[in-house]
Amino acid sequence: MTDALLYSLIAGASVGLAAGYIGSLMVLKRMALVGDALSHVALPGLALGLLLHFNVFLGAFAFLFAAAVATWYLEQATRLSVESIVGVLFVLALAIGILLTPEPDLLEALFGDIALVTLEYALASVAVSLVVVGLTRLIYTQVVLSLVSDELARSTGIRVSQVNFLYLLLVAVVVAAGLQIVGTLLVGALVIVPAAAMKNVSPSLTRYAILSSATGVVSAVSGILISAAFSVPAGPLVVIVGFVIFLVATLAHYVATRPREPAAAARTQSPKGA
Amino acid sequence: MPDPSGVSPLRTSEDILAVSHLNVVLDHHPVLEDVSFHVRRQTTLAIVGPNGAGKTTLFRVLLGLLPYQGTVRWSEAVKIGYVPQHFRVTDVPISVAEFLAMKCKADYRECLDSVGIDDPEILGKRLNVLSGGEMQRVLIAWAIVDRPQVLLFDEPTSSVDIGSQDVVYETLNELEAKSGITVLLISHDIHTVMHYSDFTLALNRRVVHFGESRELSDPLLLQRIFGIGPIHEDHAHPEHLHPAPRSGP
Repeated sequence: MTDALLYSLIAGASVGLAAGYIGSLMVLKRMALVGDALSHVALPGLALGLLLHFNVFLGAFAFLFAAAVATWYLEQATRLSVESIVGVLFVLALAIGILLTPEPDLLEALFGDIALVTLEYALASVAVSLVVVGLTRLIYTQVVLSLVSDELARSTGIRVSQVNFLYLLLVAVVVAAGLQIVGTLLVGALVIVPAAAMKNVSPSLTRYAILSSATGVVSAVSGILISAAFSVPAGPLVVIVGFVIFLVATLAHYVATRPREPAAAARTQSPKGA
Repeated sequence: MPDPSGVSPLRTSEDILAVSHLNVVLDHHPVLEDVSFHVRRQTTLAIVGPNGAGKTTLFRVLLGLLPYQGTVRWSEAVKIGYVPQHFRVTDVPISVAEFLAMKCKADYRECLDSVGIDDPEILGKRLNVLSGGEMQRVLIAWAIVDRPQVLLFDEPTSSVDIGSQDVVYETLNELEAKSGITVLLISHDIHTVMHYSDFTLALNRRVVHFGESRELSDPLLLQRIFGIGPIHEDHAHPEHLHPAPRSGP
């Protein structure tokens, strides 16, 4: 195993864990497309980094941070849905990003490149992911309660607006951390697919959070290992592994919960020989 | 906002809440105008009125969730439990135990017992598989899990079949009797109001009537409040009073 692969696995596992965990809330908040769209906002930041020769991920995070703040503020001020606001920001960012990004670097920015993962990047990914998981854990029940009933949450003293703001910032951080692994086009999938796969098969909130996080880790690690074995880009494979898990979980849930045909049910209920 | 004068409008130590000259304006429209009433400890106050009368707005004010003019004075250090009308649990894979633990880490089985749920298996069930009656009782358990003195309940039986409605109200009455909880509930159901509440506040932006619930047997009063004749037991349910459809949680 090469150093680059090892670093990629460390970064992928930690970002997968954080993305799966924070994604479990995103799916509950029905913000799946928001996660995907928000990731594209990073592109102009990456482009500026490439053009002006500074750390591209700092540029990406700066744009994601600005987008998170703008989304939160516009939601408060205009009462537009988060989905609408992110949708507008996303197409603007994508247009600017494609205009700015030098053509040779465009593919790397869009799909990531694990060959460029360094030890520093891997360690930074671990640190960032731990912080994200820790902070998300602090607000997890508050976010869920505000989903169940905004009034109920506020009546128990939860500052729903502030909690949502922190949540958006954490999403921005996770997206920035995952850019090198899967790229701007696919990092949204790292957040959404694990949680979408586990939502219906989880009997409780705790299991749901754990299973989503574990699925994030498995998707990232498996995708990176398969990409190394077959010398193909990691990003698409991470997404495909996630989709396979989603498919299996969805089928399993369907089989377990499908209504039985009346005849079959009657046969099962009838005593033998009756 | 709190009364800047600091003058307590609580009339006696028997009152747990006093509201005077309450005005609420939302989006430049008056929703409540000059509303005054008081609530005695360990009683049940039913708040009735047509859709858009300001009932839920009143609850939001009492919870401190909306700005207002006038005075709202709770007795000192009162703890309030609240059950809103609308809940979104369809998509959330949360178990009953996890839901109750969000509010209180202490032993919540006692609260479930007190609302008539003695099946321990219900703790592991997801909220979205509960029946309407079970859900309402779990919500009551949620509201009382940290032992409040007051329970605000917005349309307790809006998503409950008729057979389970009495169970929910009897549970509330038992809580009032055993735990000394004061209950404020919003209801469209005159049957409920007459049988399960001590006092009635009829709202239609302003106070239309405030008095003992037994007074509702007076047909002239009913006519004044609801524009209808005397209520018979068989025809005392909300669909007869307010045909407008109500959305579930």
